[in-house]
Amino acid sequence: MIESLRVPFEYGYMLKAMGVSALIGGVCALLSCFVTLKGWSLMGDALSHAVVPGVVIAHLLGLPLAGGAFISGLLASVGMGFIRTRTPLKEDAVIGVVFTTFFALGLFLISLNPSGVNLRTIIFGNMLGISDDDLRQVIAIAVGCVVVLALKWRDLVLFCFDPGQAQALGLPVRFLHFLLLGLLSAMAVAAMQTAGALLVVAMLITPGATAYLLTDRFAPMLGLAAVFGAGSGFLGAYASYFFNGSTGGCIVVLQTVCFLCALLFAPKHGMLAGRARRRLAATLTS
Amino acid sequence: MTPSPERTHADHLTVEVKGVTVAYRNGHIAVEGAGFALEAGSIWALVGVNGSGKSTLFKTIMGLLRPVTGTVRIGGLPVGVARRKSLVAYVPQAEEVDWSFPVSVWDVVMMGRYGRMNFLRIPKAHDKALVEESLRRVGMWEFRQRQIGELSGGQRKRVFLARALAQEGQVILLDEPFTGVDVKTEWAMIELFRALRAEGRILLVSTHNLGSVPEFCDHAIILNRRIIAAGPIEEVFTESILQEAFGGKLRHFRFNESTIQKHDGKAVTVLTDDERPLIFGKGGHLEFSQRTGREEIVQRRRQEEEEDPS
Repeated sequence: MIESLRVPFEYGYMLKAMGVSALIGGVCALLSCFVTLKGWSLMGDALSHAVVPGVVIAHLLGLPLAGGAFISGLLASVGMGFIRTRTPLKEDAVIGVVFTTFFALGLFLISLNPSGVNLRTIIFGNMLGISDDDLRQVIAIAVGCVVVLALKWRDLVLFCFDPGQAQALGLPVRFLHFLLLGLLSAMAVAAMQTAGALLVVAMLITPGATAYLLTDRFAPMLGLAAVFGAGSGFLGAYASYFFNGSTGGCIVVLQTVCFLCALLFAPKHGMLAGRARRRLAATLTS
Repeated sequence: MTPSPERTHADHLTVEVKGVTVAYRNGHIAVEGAGFALEAGSIWALVGVNGSGKSTLFKTIMGLLRPVTGTVRIGGLPVGVARRKSLVAYVPQAEEVDWSFPVSVWDVVMMGRYGRMNFLRIPKAHDKALVEESLRRVGMWEFRQRQIGELSGGQRKRVFLARALAQEGQVILLDEPFTGVDVKTEWAMIELFRALRAEGRILLVSTHNLGSVPEFCDHAIILNRRIIAAGPIEEVFTESILQEAFGGKLRHFRFNESTIQKHDGKAVTVLTDDERPLIFGKGGHLEFSQRTGREEIVQRRRQEEEEDPS
């Protein structure tokens, strides 16, 4: 029994998959804190799909995938901003129209070059079959994001909390806006290898949402989210060996389990704590 | 407070708004041809109904909106430059803030320092000292560890006031500062406003609560898309000007027309929008609730009474 649990550690490709999934899961989780607080969950979903045409074109031209994803994501968000300020449409409708357009364009480009990019890899991810070249790119993106966040997280917190104050203080709000969009696009590409375009958004939201229920300070929220993200990345990849199933699916299911636990048992915002408080209040007044 | 380099400029501190028109993308003109000049060491009320352009004017002074025509200069500097010097501080309305955001009182006040910190925004001893001093000044030091959602309405306002102090903002814009604030806190805040005025700062307070204005402001701007009047409160707070600004949105209570029989013959009108009444005496003069500090006005009224004892 114990022997079989150790098996995944004996394969180089499994070690690689677990390590990279943990890294991606952790970095996505850091970003997910900003996404949750900024109210950009739908935006994260949109971006993770909108980067696909950029990835395909970059792949065909032999350019870095992150660059293509960044430009594609940027175009999508600029397009959304353009339509929103010039029509009375509600934001969710604008996001819906733009990201599906981009995603459709991506799928179309893939279908034109069936040998170039594997559709299954983009939609569902393929952590176990990742090439060394892609691996290096993914690691470079993740490390780059961590460095940017380490330098600028305080500015981004103020940007999320009170953009008016950030602007009144002379902080470059427009730059911070696109910085956060850029980080999201870059991590969406990195995570696409692990989870696939369909599930990337879970990694960019769920850990932050879970941590939000457990604390009301920002720094601990970052820490908790990173632990959930990295832990579920590692364990998800590990578990997928035994189930012989989708790595992304395993990771996201684990993250959902964490979220459900927090929803029930969180000391302050959890459902059980809320019920206990109501009971206590009832006994005190009666 | 230890004087900072910015404080020495306080003598020249002004807010000059000249011919400012602000229009939104949909073509709606929110403010038209606005012009006024605020001098150092004064508390100005910005008064008008909802939709009269109060918040648009605020955003223009903060540099969040660019006027179609006209200029705004702060201490002689364009808004962009004044902004980089963190000269203008803003105390937002309660509704504009996400109170469930995971930040503590200390974190929020420290955010006032960001404009004066280095690239990494790592607080130095000086920043921490200023944050502590600001929190003590508004009486919120004991609450520094609290998450902002765990505070009462008055405490929340004081936290954002402390942020403006920590920012060392010389021009402080306050949006409806007394909404949801209890009377005791309101007086404490008014005391603080007066202290800030004595330091040579400019306070601009947006409010639709007319009655509170004479209590703590020395000047007022009456706005209804255009500037209807701007100047010392005794001059601009007259019944006719306020009628023009507020139109049919004021409640009237005329003593000589009311059911009150013993108003001893004096024509007195009470105007009120929501909470505090605004009292006008004979001849349309503004009357204050307290005589202390306004001996000059009392003297003048007495003279008028002697000249025309009708």
